[in-house]
Amino acid sequence: MTQRRFALILFAVSLPLAALLLLPVGYLIVRAGAVEPERAITYLTRPGTLRVAGRSLLLMATVAAAACAVAIPAAWLTVRSDLRGRRAWTVLLTMPLVIPSYVGALALVSALGQRGTVRGWLAPLGVERLPSLYGFWGAWLALTLFSYPYVFLSVRAGLRGLDPALEEASYTLGRSQLATFWHVTLRQLLPSISAGALLVALYTLSDFGAVAIMQYNVFTRAIYLRLSLDLELAALLSVVLIALTAGLLAAVALAERRGTYYTRRTPRPPRRVRLGRWQAAAQAFCGLVVLLALVAPMGVLALWLVNGLQQGEALRDVLAPLQRSLRAAGLAAAVSGVAALPFVFLQVRYPGPLTGLLARGAYLGYALPGVVVGLAFVFLGANVLHELGARVGQADYRSLGLLVFAYTVRFLPQALGPARASLLQVNPHLEESALTLGRSYPRALISVTLPLMRSGVLAGAALVFLTVMKELPITLLLAPTGYDTLATRIWSASSEAFYARAAAPALILVVISAVSLVYILEPDG
Amino acid sequence: MAVMVIPDSISDPVPDPAPDRDAVVCRDLRKSFGSVRAVEAVSFTLRRGELLALLGPSGCGKTTVLRLIAGLERPDGGTIHLGGRMVSGPGVFVRANRRRVGLVFQDYALFPHMTVEKNIAYGLAGRDNRRQRVAEMLALVGLDGLGGRYPHALSGGQQQRVALARALAPQPGMVLLDEPFSNLDVALRRQVREDVQRILRDAGVSAILVTHDQEEAMSLADRIGLLFDGALHQLGTPRDLYERPASRRAALFMGAANLVPGHAQGTLARTPLGEVRLIQPCRGAVEVVLRPEELILSGAGDGAPAVVARQTYTGARQDVWVTLRDAALSLHVTCHAGALWQAGQPVSVHVDGAALAFPALPDSTSAV
Repeated sequence: MTQRRFALILFAVSLPLAALLLLPVGYLIVRAGAVEPERAITYLTRPGTLRVAGRSLLLMATVAAAACAVAIPAAWLTVRSDLRGRRAWTVLLTMPLVIPSYVGALALVSALGQRGTVRGWLAPLGVERLPSLYGFWGAWLALTLFSYPYVFLSVRAGLRGLDPALEEASYTLGRSQLATFWHVTLRQLLPSISAGALLVALYTLSDFGAVAIMQYNVFTRAIYLRLSLDLELAALLSVVLIALTAGLLAAVALAERRGTYYTRRTPRPPRRVRLGRWQAAAQAFCGLVVLLALVAPMGVLALWLVNGLQQGEALRDVLAPLQRSLRAAGLAAAVSGVAALPFVFLQVRYPGPLTGLLARGAYLGYALPGVVVGLAFVFLGANVLHELGARVGQADYRSLGLLVFAYTVRFLPQALGPARASLLQVNPHLEESALTLGRSYPRALISVTLPLMRSGVLAGAALVFLTVMKELPITLLLAPTGYDTLATRIWSASSEAFYARAAAPALILVVISAVSLVYILEPDG
Repeated sequence: MAVMVIPDSISDPVPDPAPDRDAVVCRDLRKSFGSVRAVEAVSFTLRRGELLALLGPSGCGKTTVLRLIAGLERPDGGTIHLGGRMVSGPGVFVRANRRRVGLVFQDYALFPHMTVEKNIAYGLAGRDNRRQRVAEMLALVGLDGLGGRYPHALSGGQQQRVALARALAPQPGMVLLDEPFSNLDVALRRQVREDVQRILRDAGVSAILVTHDQEEAMSLADRIGLLFDGALHQLGTPRDLYERPASRRAALFMGAANLVPGHAQGTLARTPLGEVRLIQPCRGAVEVVLRPEELILSGAGDGAPAVVARQTYTGARQDVWVTLRDAALSLHVTCHAGALWQAGQPVSVHVDGAALAFPALPDSTSAV
């Protein structure tokens, strides 16, 4: 088979695949567009809706700002100063990434809430009440604490890539250390800072777990609450949210492209600034961040686990949800890993406007908050699948298959990234030499290219697996009745305030996320 | 027996009679990184308006000397005076931003987020005539009209000139250039080299250039300081270094040379090429340094009989390798490209003029 023919076949396969990926959200958008314009405008300009939008934007901006305020000094301290224990601090300051937002928010509520652990400690001192954590401040605190590492990692990378000669050039041109930091260092870091801050903004805008637990009514929670009342209005809100996330993603891409103007090479390791008498303050700063973002939530989880065991909670009860989580995540990982191949192959080996468009379709999931994907499937299910199901005598459209499909729509981009990186490293001359040695093109790919791509494809699938394990909103909306997973178990325990019951699943999830951190820290992951 | 003394490191013979007239005076500079001694007891003087090249193989400490002068590293010992002012010494360390020393980095280190104009104006903060000075500098380096560009939109040679303009703009007491041409491709290098030399002369500025390329050092510098293993090995004019290298190693570093074994008695040495006149008297087993252009080939004559082993033609000249009949010795000879020598052709080898000789090392027989 010739390469051209094979490419055509790949194209023929990936076109319907892309269509399938786009179908639910496309349907959602079409239905939202079908709402009579007058009704849509009235709804979208209603004070309630505007308040939701205002809250979303406020939360996004304040979380991104707070994340920068925490992460930029932390990154500078660990890269450019003689902070004692900087290696350990780097790991500890990155670790909060492993705590799913709803687990962290739950731990915060339980620790700092009005009936929480800390109030219990303070009661003998005469403190009767703590300020309520619910609402803006709780959501802001939780999202900042568990998302600032995105800025931290990005700024660290920026600082490490900074050519020390630039600062030295500034000194030799007569500028002071402070002026140099302002005019040269900070300006060089802007792409890293904005890339990290945009990721945090995207995380905040898409997050469902933390805002739901903190009962702060932003887009994702409003959509979730609207869902059972009026699907079409929920669809309208979703379209607005998609527009916002897509805008943010475009900004991320722009920030990254601007970043590539800058030469990134390190001929020498940068010199470290001596902290001197500021050493203690720097240690205290890092310690406070790690205490709030890592030690406190983990401590709370451990406390719950002990309490639960004392009250006779059986660890055995976790086994069935764990199995279900593993099954769903494993299926989603396998499907994503395989589905990624034609897209990646076309994009890398046959770059062009058409294959680029296809690839962009496959990357759509990045712009879709979980709640929106869930809603799209509910929409599709309620209107289309329900009728189909009724004909074959199945009342509930929800099924494991549909759940896995939804996961794939949302998380396929995570499989595409590493697979693409690994294919880019396979020199096409290898395939061509296999051809000259008498192999057909598909055989050349199977015997040469695929084995060389294996690590990237597996890494992508593993990333999907780990992300699906802790996914909450899609699972809540689409898991068949009785199919409760670790995530939904934590969710229901929280809504019933049975924190002890959430401890074991939460700890399992944190351990699993810790594994995924290894991939996040990989440059291509 | 060897009688000639090879100095390990030498000092500038002039002990700076008028320190304020010299751009740089380094005395006994020392710097170690951990257990690695990067610079050892380096002393030299850069006269006002002079262009000095620090030449040596990579890792010889030449860049460290530059960074010590710029104030980017603190020396472990020794003193540095700039224009008569002590900037580094016991209890004295003037920071890089107070030294008024321009530095052109090997990779130029242009600020990528600033235009060419902003880059050049960067060192002029707080001065009145910034705009005018930037225009002057752009004209000096021949980049008028490109002030609004960003560095990434410039060619390598243009970036080079911007870096030079930026360093010169604040009218520094002197300029340091760290391997300034190593990032340029060969075709461009000669042109940029001439440009830089002209710009430095026009600006009337004293400069130190660091390079590992002896041809570059010879064509640009008034004087060359040869550095080996962190120590200043020899300091002199390009001609001194080429014709009177202080050691066998210096001789080989400064250009291709044949090392011919011989026995010296005063100003004559007996060698397989016959008797060779020596520039400096010597005694005992020696190696005579013969540059390829100091050997003359003829078809028939009373020189040492040899056979052409191979020949390469490079346009303006030809390189010929011949093997002596009576000794297992291969010699490299360059001659003008008139009639080309053919492999296998018998020839006669003469030595043109007097040569330098160094005491032989125990195992030295080879030619380079």
